[in-house]
Amino acid sequence: MEAFDILFTATFWTAAIRIASPLIFATMGELICERAGVLNLGIEGIMVAGAFAGWFAVYSGADLWTGVAVAAATGAAFGLLHATLTVPFGLSQHVVGIGVTLLATSLTYFTYRLALPEVSSPPKIEPFQPWPIPLLSDIPVAGPALFSQTPFTYLAYVTVAAVAWVLYRTPLGLAVRAAGESPAAVEAQGISVTAIRVGAVMAGSALMAVGGAFLTLSAFNSFFFEMVNGRGWVCIALVVFGSWRPGKALLGAILFAAFDAYQIRLQQVAGSVVPYQVFLMMPYILSILALIVVARRATYPKALMIPYQKGER
Amino acid sequence: MRLEPKPAPSLAATLAYPAAAIVATFLIASLLVLAAGASPFSVFALVAKGAAGSQFAIMETLTRATPLIFTGLAVAVAFRAKLWNIGAEAQLYAGAVVTVVLGTGALPLPAPILIPLLMVAAMAAGALLLFGPAILKTRFGVDEVVTTLLLNFIVLLFVSMLLEGPLKDPMGLGWPQSPKLIAEARLPRIIQGKRLHYGFAVALVSAFIVWVIMKKSTLGYEMRAVGHNPQGARFAGIPVNATLIKTALLSGGLAALAGFSEVSGLKGNLTLDLSPGFGYTGIVVAMLAMLNPLGVVISAIFVAGIFVGADAMSRSAGVPSYIANVMTATALLTMVTAIMLSRYRVRWR
Repeated sequence: MEAFDILFTATFWTAAIRIASPLIFATMGELICERAGVLNLGIEGIMVAGAFAGWFAVYSGADLWTGVAVAAATGAAFGLLHATLTVPFGLSQHVVGIGVTLLATSLTYFTYRLALPEVSSPPKIEPFQPWPIPLLSDIPVAGPALFSQTPFTYLAYVTVAAVAWVLYRTPLGLAVRAAGESPAAVEAQGISVTAIRVGAVMAGSALMAVGGAFLTLSAFNSFFFEMVNGRGWVCIALVVFGSWRPGKALLGAILFAAFDAYQIRLQQVAGSVVPYQVFLMMPYILSILALIVVARRATYPKALMIPYQKGER
Repeated sequence: MRLEPKPAPSLAATLAYPAAAIVATFLIASLLVLAAGASPFSVFALVAKGAAGSQFAIMETLTRATPLIFTGLAVAVAFRAKLWNIGAEAQLYAGAVVTVVLGTGALPLPAPILIPLLMVAAMAAGALLLFGPAILKTRFGVDEVVTTLLLNFIVLLFVSMLLEGPLKDPMGLGWPQSPKLIAEARLPRIIQGKRLHYGFAVALVSAFIVWVIMKKSTLGYEMRAVGHNPQGARFAGIPVNATLIKTALLSGGLAALAGFSEVSGLKGNLTLDLSPGFGYTGIVVAMLAMLNPLGVVISAIFVAGIFVGADAMSRSAGVPSYIANVMTATALLTMVTAIMLSRYRVRWR
């Protein structure tokens, strides 16, 4: 039963958490947008832009955390574009989101070709290194899996806690959640729905870009085309799967990543019998199945995808 | 800031706003050209020359426009009913796979019978592929955006599996490519020795048929009603779910024709790079045409021209050809903004 033994090894869970990290950032980003009432389909392109911006900053000589900040700023800029078109202008969130994804992706590729015209193989940087937390990393299995990761992964844990705390324990979070459920009530409190939604989309997009940067600054050490490869779309499924709650979405991301890590290892065990593409398909099929399972009892934020105009009832 | 509906705009205004969107797109692209250290005027002149400067250029542009007309129509039909089909890329490959499976000798029929048969079979495959997400949407309430997007990745991996397995060309020297279609399965060229093929003619006819369906048929009326206001449509006795399913079948079938036409008309076989994102570009084509099926033909030729022209330009001017992708994405965003501004007045305060 070699295929099952994998599940009990520390290296497997270490890989699973590493795969989960970018998904955690981007899922939290999408969750914030949707809780405020805006579906952000720019996620895939914003992750590409973040992956490149963070990597390029470090490649140009900045330190790693500056790279993360540059990625976040890039994401926020695309978030501002998305939010301007969808919130005050009230344009279709589907069309604008796809447009932002196409724009962010193509701008990234254009900039990459412009900045590095003569490279055949992508140049490498020195990425984040694992940084075991004393004592905690000595716990069997869970220690190496959770606490021998890079500091970038620890930032992912902190992000989930911060998002959950802000959403459920602060007046700002209440306003964000209300903007996605009953915007008129927010306006009645004298708070601008437009400001809340634009802010949420910018913050969420910044997190998506940071998720992309994890790929270039921690999981790998260079930028290449197609590296995001549908992760953004998977995160949209994860938000639905997590019923728009940070904790559940985190669990979903880890489960998904564990499955992904498992299929990679299963390829090595069963790869000779089953074509490798079948394994690579699994994560996408799993996402669709997860959506089907939860769809019936999913309670969407009531004002999701509904533009709001001041004074409207 | 408030948006107030305007009275119905005049014909001049209806055309002026999209024109302004195109101008804005070129202005934004100029900034990128300047960033690349080139002169916008000479670069755009090179793009125009590469797209329409010679008989060869025009043929290339129309050849490139052919799959975009099909995917543009697929998106226009779906979006009109607010069915968000982002999976034209996958449906295109479904059509291509069926064309290869049936067109490489499995059906030894003369061309006048085989080609229509391949078209119908390809359309059925594309329709079937979108039928899944449509049923999931109408029966289970699963958002079709995510399912169609994820299916793009699943189908591409499936095609990769076929090309390394059952559909692999034994004469292909190990490359993941399918065998060539038999001669009877090939769409002929419009002019001997040129790449432009009868797929372009099929695309024009399809655009006209879709236009008739949208404007003159009950189905078209129901699709527009469902897209405009589903609750209202249901109240008026329109079967909303059945309409969405029919829309999905039509949309998936149209996108699959792009795959059929590329394989049968242009390439002759199936490879993993059959489509450089024609499915996604179809969204831009449809939006630029404001979802009008006849407008799709014009916008597909325009978008194809930008891509073909940018390819030619980048070889001589050194500006990366990705500028074409940036321009089409920008055009999508400026166009939806322009349409909004033509219908609403923005009041500050």
